[in-house]
This record gives sequence, C-alpha cells and structure tokens, in this order.
Amino acid sequence: MEAFNYRKAGSVDEALVALNGADDGKFLAGGMTLLPTMKQMLATPDTLVDLAGASELVGVSRDGDTIVVGAMTTHAAVASNSDVQAAIPALAALASGIGDPMVRNRGTIGGSIANADPAADYPAAVVGLNATVNTNKRSIAADDFFLDVFETALEEDELVVSVSFPIPLKAAYRKFPNPASRYAVVGVMVAQSAEGIRVAVTGAAASVFRADSFEQALSADFSAAALEGLSVDSDNLNEDIHASAAYRANLVGVMTKRAVAAC
Amino acid sequence: MSVSVSMTVNGKAVAAEVADETLLVTFLRDDLRLTGTHVGCDTSQCGACTIHVNGSAVKACTMLVAQADGCEIDTIEGVSDGETLHPMQQAFKDNHGLQCGFCTPGMVMSALDIVKNNPSPSEQDVREALEGNLCRCTGYTNIVRSILAGAKDMEAR
Ligand SMILES: Cc1cc2nc3c(=O)[nH]c(=O)nc-3n(C[C@H](O)[C@H](O)[C@H](O)COP(=O)(O)OP(=O)(O)OC[C@H]3O[C@@H](n4cnc5c(N)ncnc54)[C@H](O)[C@@H]3O)c2cc1C
Ligand code: FES
Ligand code: FES
Repeated sequence: MEAFNYRKAGSVDEALVALNGADDGKFLAGGMTLLPTMKQMLATPDTLVDLAGASELVGVSRDGDTIVVGAMTTHAAVASNSDVQAAIPALAALASGIGDPMVRNRGTIGGSIANADPAADYPAAVVGLNATVNTNKRSIAADDFFLDVFETALEEDELVVSVSFPIPLKAAYRKFPNPASRYAVVGVMVAQSAEGIRVAVTGAAASVFRADSFEQALSADFSAAALEGLSVDSDNLNEDIHASAAYRANLVGVMTKRAVAAC
Repeated sequence: MSVSVSMTVNGKAVAAEVADETLLVTFLRDDLRLTGTHVGCDTSQCGACTIHVNGSAVKACTMLVAQADGCEIDTIEGVSDGETLHPMQQAFKDNHGLQCGFCTPGMVMSALDIVKNNPSPSEQDVREALEGNLCRCTGYTNIVRSILAGAKDMEAR
C-alpha cells in the first residue's frame, strides 16, 4: 500500500474539515472495500479520514413509520437490530447475507452505498424500499442516488449521514449469491407499500435498476404467477465469468418470483 | 506520517508509533511477533488472519493499526491457558480439524465468535458462519465437527 496520512474524525464536522484540507482525501468507514482497493493500487488517496469516531453516524432508530440507519452502522448491527427485525425483516435478512461474519462486523451501510458496487446488496434495499439518503448537504431520493458502476450522486466532499427507510407493508429480498464472495450475481428486493409496488434489481446491470414491467404486473396481481411470460431485456446486463447476460436476465425473473412468494 | 497507538493485546497493554498505513496484521506479526495470526491471501478473502477486536471477529489484513487504537485485541496466542488448550483448540485436535494448520488460527478465532453469538449452533449454522474462512486441506467436514464438539465442551463448562 502507498503511504498516506491517517486522520481520525470525532464528528461529521471534523471529518469534512479533514477531507477538505487534503489534496486527495477519502473517507474511511469499515475499510472492507477501500483498503483492498488501495492494496491493489486502484486507489491511492493521500489522506484517509476515519469516520469511526463520529458517534452521530452510528446506530439505528425508529422514527414513526421510518427506520433510520446511521451511515457507520455495520451490517452485523443492522442484521441483529430488533427494530429492523420487527419493522423491515427483509432489510435485516439482506444485511445478514452480506459477505461473511468478519465483513459484516466491519462493513457499513454508508460505505456500501457510497461505493455503489454493481453487485452490492444494499442498493437493492435502498431503491426497493424507496429510501432517502441523508447527507451533510441534502436528502437524496433513492431513484436519484445510484448513477452507474461505482458512481453515485454524491459530490467529492459529501458525506452520507444516514439512510431513512420507510416501513413497507411487506417486502422480501432474494439473491443468487456468487458462491465465493456472496456478492449478488443477481439480487431482487420486492416491496409493497401504500405508494405501490417496487422491484429493485442489483447485480444484473451497471447499477441497481427497477424492473418496470414486473412492477406493473405485480400491481395488478401480487403473485409470482403474474410474472409468468415476463422478462427483462438482457441487452444492457452484465456479462462475466460468473454469468452471461442471458442467464442474469433469467435470474432476475426467478429471484423476483422467489421474493414475491416470500413476501 | 506516523501515528501513536495504544491498545490491549491478549490482556497486555501495548503502545507503539507506526506508519499510518501499517496493517494490523503486520503490526501483530512483525512488531509484536505474534505470528499465529496468518496471512493467507492479503485480499480479505481467506480468514487466516481472523482475530477479535472488541470481542468481534475481523480480518486483521483489512484493518489499519490506527483503526485499532484504544481497542481490545485477542489473537490465537491468547486463547489457551498456558500449556492447556482451550476446549475449542482441544476439539480441533481431537476431531482432526486440521491438516497443514495454516487456516487453523483463523478457524479457531471464527469458531469462538460463532459460539459467542450462538452457544449451541447447528451444523448448518456453523457451515454458514464459516463463509469467510477458507481451508485448502480438510474439506471442512472435520472443522465443522470440531466446532460443534468445541461448542458442546464450552457449554458443559
Ligand atoms: C470478502 C468480502 C465479501 C463481500 N461480500 C459482499 C456481499 O456479499 N454483498 C455486499 O453488498 N458487499 C460485500 N462486500 C463489501 C462490503 O459490504 C463492504 O463493507 C462495503 O462495500 C463497503 O463498506 P465499508 O464500510 O467497508 O466502506 P469502506 O471500504 O471504508 O469505503 C468504501 C467507499 O465508500 C466511501 N465512504 C465510506 N463511508 C462513507 C460515507 N459515510 N459517506 C461518503 N462516502 C463514504 C469511502 O471513501 C470509499 O470510497 C464484501 C467485501 C469483502 C471484503
Ligand atoms: S489474509 Fe486476511 S483474509 Fe486472507
Ligand atoms: S488445514 Fe491446511 S489450510 Fe486448512
């Protein structure tokens, strides 16, 4: 790893000052993505600003019909939180299926969504549950947050503070995991709320997307049978050693049906 | 740049001045000479470097020393009671839970984390919780058997 300066921030304000004072600074959350990336020299920041000391970024709270998860809350903490388990069991289950226990003990929701890996699980929860990403500057609607491969609406000096998840009537997440890493080859969050049905797909394309035709079919008839004969176009889907685009397109249908059946 | 850190490692207070980019596993192995914590992949995949930080299993190759400042660290060296093996270590020995032994320190540290969260795990629980630990030798069957036996022994005590 290249040399860099480590800065520990005790608060969001301190973190922003430290980042703005650096030439090429990056926030450090769980480090589960950033440190391996730096070891491979795919990122060479001159400063890492550790957010672990900013206690206002940690924890889960229930605020009326919303579950608010602080950016530095680990996957393990989300998975085991009793409010999340009671209000949005699909979110707790999704967090408990990320990577492995050691990754879940360090990795955070803020790091995961800021990183926007096309195969990450949380993007399906954020978009499927129609969450709002709260930053130090503004609140960003889920549909506007994820832009492309490893690209979000976040600006350079913008920090994810928390994610607000409206509590759905029902929701379920199903993924076809990569057998080695557990990243989603395809993962689908299906959620039903007073506003309607959302079907968010991760792993299949450059970025999480909503399967519109599936949402329409499920709005008319919320059953796996309603999806018979429907498919997503494989044209823009990912193709790699793990799965062809056509296979991923098929998996989107299969995972959506399983999620609907589990709702 | 360097950073001064202090932490507790296997119950002993440790203070040091290290380069900012020093990995926790490097510090444990090269500076403290606690070489039981292994580096199998250095890419966060294999779990041979698993230790406990404030009681939770983490991969020491994917954490900076600076991030461990003020923390309580437990490594495989702190598990036995002198020459007397911990029940989980004894279970690995009794059940042939290791062959070359390279993955074993990480396996034992993960095993202790599994039992802490779930004192009487099922075979399926153990298999799922070992997702982050790779073994090139055993085929896992005897590791799972060891952990189930170790969990029973720990509960019995
Ligand atoms: C072996 C392994 C298996 C994995 N399997 C899965 C899996 O199955 N599913 C899955 O979804 N993920 C998986 N991951 C990724 C894991 O979930 C990471 O924890 C996550 O992607 C990044 O979170 P982090 O807290 O570690 O962030 P870091 O690595 O610390 O940071 C990642 C990026 O986000 C930025 N950042 C961090 N926090 C903030 C913030 N609050 N505001 C703005 N920017 C921020 C950082 O600057 C950096 O660019 C796996 C990782 C490993 C090593
Ligand atoms: S050496 Fe740390 S996970 Fe392999
Ligand atoms: S015993 Fe050789 S790697 Fe597990």
